[in-house]
Amino acid sequence: MAKSSVSTTNACKLCRPLGACLAFRGIEGSMVLLHGSQGCSTYMRRYISGHFREPVDIASSALSETQAVYGGAENLKQGIRNVVAKYAPAVLGVATTCLAETIGDDVGMAIAELLEEDPEMRAIEIIPVSTPSYSGGYMDGFRDSCVAILEKMASAEQSRADQGSGRIGRLNLFPGFLSPADIRYLKLVMAGFGLESMIVPDISETLDAGIGPVFSRIPAGGASVKDIRLAGSATASIELGLLNPAGQSAALLLERSLGVPARRLPIPMGIRYSDLLFEAICSVTGTPLPEKYQQERGRLVDAMVDAHKYLFGKRAVVYGEPDFVAALTCFLADVGVQPVVCASGGDGPEFRKTLEVLTRDLDETPEILVETDFSDIRFHSRAAAADLLIGSSKGNHIARDLDIPLVRLGYPIHDRIGGQRILHVGYAGALNLLDILTNTLIAKEQEHLGYGYSYM
Amino acid sequence: MAEPGKTIEELCEIKEKIVASYPDKVGKNRDKHIQVKGCTDAPSIDANAKTIPGIITTRGCAFAGAKGVVLGPIKDAVNLVHGPVGCSYYSWLTRRNLARPAEGGQSFLQYCCTTDMQEGDIVFGGEKKLMQAIREVHEILAPEAIIVSATCPVGLIGDDIASVSRQAEEELGVKVFSANCEGYKGVSQSVGHHIACNALMEHVVGTEELGDPTPLDINIFGEYNIGGDLWSIEPVLERIGYRIVSTYTGDASVHDLARAPHAKLNILMCHRSINYATKMFNDRYGLPWLKINYVGIEETARSLREMACFFGDEELMEKTEAVIGEEMARIAPEMERYRQRLEGKKIMLFVGGSRAHHFQRLSEELGMNVVMAGYEFAHRDDYEGRQILSQIRKKGMSKVVQDIQYELEPGFKPPLSEAELEEKNRQLGGHLLDYEGMISHMKEGALIMNDLNHHETELIIRELEPDVFCSGIKDKYVVEKMGVPSRQLHSYDYSGPYTGFDGALTFARDIDMAVSTPTIRFITPPWKDTEADCDA
Ligand code: SF4
Ligand code: SF4
Repeated sequence: MAKSSVSTTNACKLCRPLGACLAFRGIEGSMVLLHGSQGCSTYMRRYISGHFREPVDIASSALSETQAVYGGAENLKQGIRNVVAKYAPAVLGVATTCLAETIGDDVGMAIAELLEEDPEMRAIEIIPVSTPSYSGGYMDGFRDSCVAILEKMASAEQSRADQGSGRIGRLNLFPGFLSPADIRYLKLVMAGFGLESMIVPDISETLDAGIGPVFSRIPAGGASVKDIRLAGSATASIELGLLNPAGQSAALLLERSLGVPARRLPIPMGIRYSDLLFEAICSVTGTPLPEKYQQERGRLVDAMVDAHKYLFGKRAVVYGEPDFVAALTCFLADVGVQPVVCASGGDGPEFRKTLEVLTRDLDETPEILVETDFSDIRFHSRAAAADLLIGSSKGNHIARDLDIPLVRLGYPIHDRIGGQRILHVGYAGALNLLDILTNTLIAKEQEHLGYGYSYM
Repeated sequence: MAEPGKTIEELCEIKEKIVASYPDKVGKNRDKHIQVKGCTDAPSIDANAKTIPGIITTRGCAFAGAKGVVLGPIKDAVNLVHGPVGCSYYSWLTRRNLARPAEGGQSFLQYCCTTDMQEGDIVFGGEKKLMQAIREVHEILAPEAIIVSATCPVGLIGDDIASVSRQAEEELGVKVFSANCEGYKGVSQSVGHHIACNALMEHVVGTEELGDPTPLDINIFGEYNIGGDLWSIEPVLERIGYRIVSTYTGDASVHDLARAPHAKLNILMCHRSINYATKMFNDRYGLPWLKINYVGIEETARSLREMACFFGDEELMEKTEAVIGEEMARIAPEMERYRQRLEGKKIMLFVGGSRAHHFQRLSEELGMNVVMAGYEFAHRDDYEGRQILSQIRKKGMSKVVQDIQYELEPGFKPPLSEAELEEKNRQLGGHLLDYEGMISHMKEGALIMNDLNHHETELIIRELEPDVFCSGIKDKYVVEKMGVPSRQLHSYDYSGPYTGFDGALTFARDIDMAVSTPTIRFITPPWKDTEADCDA
């Protein structure tokens, strides 16, 4: 069902350049400059900082009235020069805001001029991405940035170790927007299979950094330029999340341009989708599932049995980005929770189709809301007599209104700490989600008992 | 003598070092934004100047100033943002301006309404969509007023939001008005404050009568009830005998704002964001304003005494002294305990356009040294006082925001005659209609830094090794990664209120928490080591 009104009340999507800021954050030594007025950079910095509780620097070309009328190329060039002077980035993403897009600035040309004027700037990978927020949402900006990064940097170049070794060694992983904890887990998985992996973007350290003896202005970590260059020589690419259009797939891009076979999979949340990931890695490497993950899976199934008595038949509302909602819906269906509302600020025919298939055999068909807002989600949650909500912090007012718990997953989580450390993916992630979900429901029930409770 | 054990000369050298760390042109620009108090050959500070592209500032945009700061807190109005989705989403409950619905009333602060412009709206114009959105807001939420604010693309594609608002008001019979606060206007959120003040003056102020005036009616300006600041000072004022007609705009009802002209005095907390309105109130209604500060115990007491002096009522003065005496006695032991724990700590304050000043006395009352203070988006008068106003050239600002000049409203009787006003002002030492700015209250040897950026934050922490750094969320984690405790003075780190007598204690407790947490023992600040780890 589409949104019931023309206006949007409590939006369920974030703007496009934010996705670019997040994606570039997973590239080693990188910075982002938003071409537009400074307000957008400031807002996005605070929004990313609020979730990750990390410093987030996003530069701006700081356009004002004059540039809005006469064009902002000079500001853009000056902005890039100043960022380079103060941060010395290896990679600089240049994303546009609504302002730059509306006035129609030619970013590519301005960068070309800059490289003419200052040839030493050629040492830096300056990567423009067009991110007008008046179409699409932040995952569009995120995926487009990944594509732009690979388009600019990937090559057929091979590492010395790979040359002629004939071994299955190198895998490209495009995880989409997952938590730093998720990325750390996936890295361990890759290593467990003996794979060298190139992860774009890799925010495992850059958006969840420790306080160490050295403070560096651009946080350490992220996919290195060197590794990205080798992407064309990888055995295969695996991309998590498949509901964005094909043109936004970095894996398909590499397949087309450099012949690296692509596998696109759903986000591996829950047992079924985690199986798909592990099967894919097994088939790429030609190895069986390592014992460690067999055990992990076993533990998960055991826990699902333990938890079923608290979960079965509970009615859940899920909202967020299409891929996230689809994966969660699959997970819920597998643990016996009835999804009653599946909602996204985004859309796409694949999204609806996927959800229909996933929920075909359930007792009840959930309401599927596309391009929706929290005003509609509230309405349908109430109508569906939901027991709980699952998604970002933004559902907190509905939870209060309906007096049902909200399980905070995904992004943004700004009214709890630790959002960056939630493990969603793989068998271990599924186990984590299962525990959180179950304990939340148990706690709610205990709160409402008029008498004390005993051993459960 | 400089507090942090550094001489003024040394501090000037630090300043030189910062300036020299930039490319020439940028350095020249930043030179004007940094001052050492007491350094004799210092030129006057530059402020409210354009941000340099690529230099990462903490400033926001005009939209943030208008919708986010001034118009957003009005609780029974719905703010409808005309623009693409991001701007409204980012300003959705991100500021901690709290509100409780009045009896039988509603609060819409948890709503974030936008037209969520799509490509077609950009190409063909979004006026129709806006009109429809206003109708929906009226139908579904039925607020007391609908405020339309514009984001960047709106001005460029030429949507006339003022005329759509006018039409909607006629059609729906509810107050609808707009603010053309496109983000690219001006140099920071500051211009948005002015745009919003104008909108309130033109569409709200004076549109309703105050049915039951009392002699002690006041309005509070520049109080947004962050973390409940208003709710902490309100009972104190009421105990003394004042009646608060309206607050601009924390926890405000649009009706109260409309009745505000009938009060006797405007007290002004945040000068930067709303002095435009207090000036217009004075021009239009002869309603004078008094800059007060109820952060810090001494400052609160001074402010209450000046207010009592303004009204000149014996009983009021006695009541004022009684309340001050009671409150001070009540909190003194706790304050003293904190003072002993915080004595000698070095604190830095980098906040908005007023708080870097407001929190200085309180910091000193707690025994701390303010070694650096600065504003994000203030103007020169917030630093140097309003006497500087005549010297400030407002380059091209007339195109961005109109400086409305009101005449005294015909038939409106000001609370005081001109002669009475003059006499009052004499009694108040010239404080009426004046603000002395932050610098005159600072100690020699303190640094003043305007529009501080990330790079400078790092340098200044290395050089002065503060014990606690108070600013906002964009600096917070940088500062903490450098091993320095940080408190947010925009959102109060989800704590507060910090105003009045109890607020002073809450602030003391929070600063103590920041500097005393045992966690700190596990951190070796990078700047304690060598210079080598600085990759600047
Ligand atoms: S103007 Fe566009 S890019 Fe900027 S915050 Fe708004 S929606 Fe996002
Ligand atoms: S600068 Fe413009 S686009 Fe960006 S947040 Fe402000 S109003 Fe929105």
